[in-house]
Amino acid sequence: MFPLAIRAITATSAMGVGRAATAAALRDRRGGLAPCDLPGMPAGIWIGRVREAEAIEPPAPLADFACRNTRLAELALRQDGFLAAVEAARARYGAARIAVVLGTSTSGIEETERAWVRRGPDGALPAYDFARTHDLHALPRYVRARLGLAGPCVSISTACTSGARAFLDAAAMIAAGLVDAAVVGGADTLCRLTLHGFGSLELLAKGPTRPCAEDRDGISIGEAAAFALLERAGPGDAGGIGLLGAGASSDGHHMSSPHPDGHGAVAAMRGALDSAGLRPEAIGYVNMHGTGTRANDAMEDRAIATLFGAAVPCSSTKGWSGHTLGASGALEAAIAAICVEDGLVPGCLGVERPDPAFASGIAVANRAAPIDLVLSNSFGFGGSNCALVIGRLP
Amino acid sequence: MTLAVGIAGIGLLGPGLPGWTVSRAMLAGAAPFESAPVAIPAPALLPPTERRRTGPSVRLALAVATEAVQESGIPPEELDTVFASSNGEGQVITGILEALHAADGAISPTQFHNSVHNAAAGYWGIAVGSSRPSVSLGGHDQVFATGLMQAAVQVVAGGAPVLFVAHDVPLPPPLDALRATAAPFAAALVLTPQRAAHGMLRLVHGSGAVEEPPLPAALDAVRATNPVGRALPLLVALASGRSASFRLALLEDSHLVVEATP
Repeated sequence: MFPLAIRAITATSAMGVGRAATAAALRDRRGGLAPCDLPGMPAGIWIGRVREAEAIEPPAPLADFACRNTRLAELALRQDGFLAAVEAARARYGAARIAVVLGTSTSGIEETERAWVRRGPDGALPAYDFARTHDLHALPRYVRARLGLAGPCVSISTACTSGARAFLDAAAMIAAGLVDAAVVGGADTLCRLTLHGFGSLELLAKGPTRPCAEDRDGISIGEAAAFALLERAGPGDAGGIGLLGAGASSDGHHMSSPHPDGHGAVAAMRGALDSAGLRPEAIGYVNMHGTGTRANDAMEDRAIATLFGAAVPCSSTKGWSGHTLGASGALEAAIAAICVEDGLVPGCLGVERPDPAFASGIAVANRAAPIDLVLSNSFGFGGSNCALVIGRLP
Repeated sequence: MTLAVGIAGIGLLGPGLPGWTVSRAMLAGAAPFESAPVAIPAPALLPPTERRRTGPSVRLALAVATEAVQESGIPPEELDTVFASSNGEGQVITGILEALHAADGAISPTQFHNSVHNAAAGYWGIAVGSSRPSVSLGGHDQVFATGLMQAAVQVVAGGAPVLFVAHDVPLPPPLDALRATAAPFAAALVLTPQRAAHGMLRLVHGSGAVEEPPLPAALDAVRATNPVGRALPLLVALASGRSASFRLALLEDSHLVVEATP
């Protein structure tokens, strides 16, 4: 199935709109989290809000898709020459030979939350387009229509691995010969369900999240949309950015707690390395799932140390973006591409020293280093695990 | 490009269709069919503490998954899985939305982790002790055809069998007014790289709008109650043991050509 060329990749989050702004935020160690100012949210938390998306409207023929998730997806699609790259792919392969495979955990449920407040005395919701906003399929349907594509359309929702899993499922589609290229990625937006949900689990940080810190106290939720264009890699792609491998596993352990020994995480990372034909020492940087919770970061440290010891620098970039849930795997794939292109290991933001109990090589300061290959981790509720290898094509 | 896969096991639960094996003659037209309310069994595979936490959507998925895997004879922990549902955990999500908008509403951690779309996949993994990869898909009215296509993609790309489960339960008020689903319905298939006990499926992605294939009136009425009911033309073909070819809509502008051969 691998390698695949990543012809274009773009990301929009609280860190920045587009890749250049995201790269600058990483370089300058300038995070995008701020105290939560959205109404009806848990008190005292920080969020990664993308204000720039809130005034965006989809093109008129697709106006029925308008919702917070569509607006963020639309803003992201307009960055980094992504529309032009897909247009060129459409000219090469034909619209029906390009799939759209996108992940989201809550799609446009924020539209339903808004409608809920305006329910009539009989409890009935006011009219809105449920299928094009709240429904999970709304995101890939919108992106497919917006890009003028006519190939298979798949919505993936595996909680916080959704955006990473989209890369793996699209790679399978290309390998099976169903399509020649795929638009992959994910979008997830701030909503009451997820903020209060993580609040009920007592997993929300009191300030900006500090993954891997000894006194880390939880997650900051963010929102993001990130997209990539995958195609088969050709001889001319050597040295370019690609997807070199992907692996997945299930914990089969508990719905919201990871297996403490990280068996599932190890299996996903090992699967990604095996599919790429790589040994662990080939990896130059591990972008962790690193949500900032006590349990996730400890489990992930153990899993990384099992495969890499302390030899490979690793960090979580959620201190910049917050945990963007179903979009995080796609956002962090774009961050991985930036780290390779800019030769950067971004140290965990806002962390003076990593948890002394950790055995992996946690980076807390930025360092310049030539990096050819990044392993990017995503883990989610339901015991879902997914790891991607992003880097320079051989 | 044709995706060719075998079918090694089938699971079914819907109105008047209490399991694949017992419904086979009715689907084939060899026994009279009458719609009836769906009884969803508690998932015996789960330990009691986990079993108590599951709702109808998860229980429905686990019931058809269990039947299909048993019929296939493949150990469940050796199967990658593809779950597909349009409404997903809409009943749990509605409960959360109610609580969030109530004066003193609080939501429970269990309620929240049960609200993820991959809840059924997660409980299946716990039930059978599987660490195999799993993916959960949406797909609105076309959820069955979309999931079937993606499950076949995985079989062809990975060269290993895959358990495919499509399941949907009705949404409660007030969301039911925006998305009507009248009855639970679920179907599961164990798909294999080679021809298997139930024969072979060949799938092709095609462009253009299509109507759903014709069904006998009573089954047509069942199909209309649930998006996963669109599996019925395939189930009828498999029950009859005859070759069949038909098209299932994927979106307004595309479809899946399905050829079943025994």
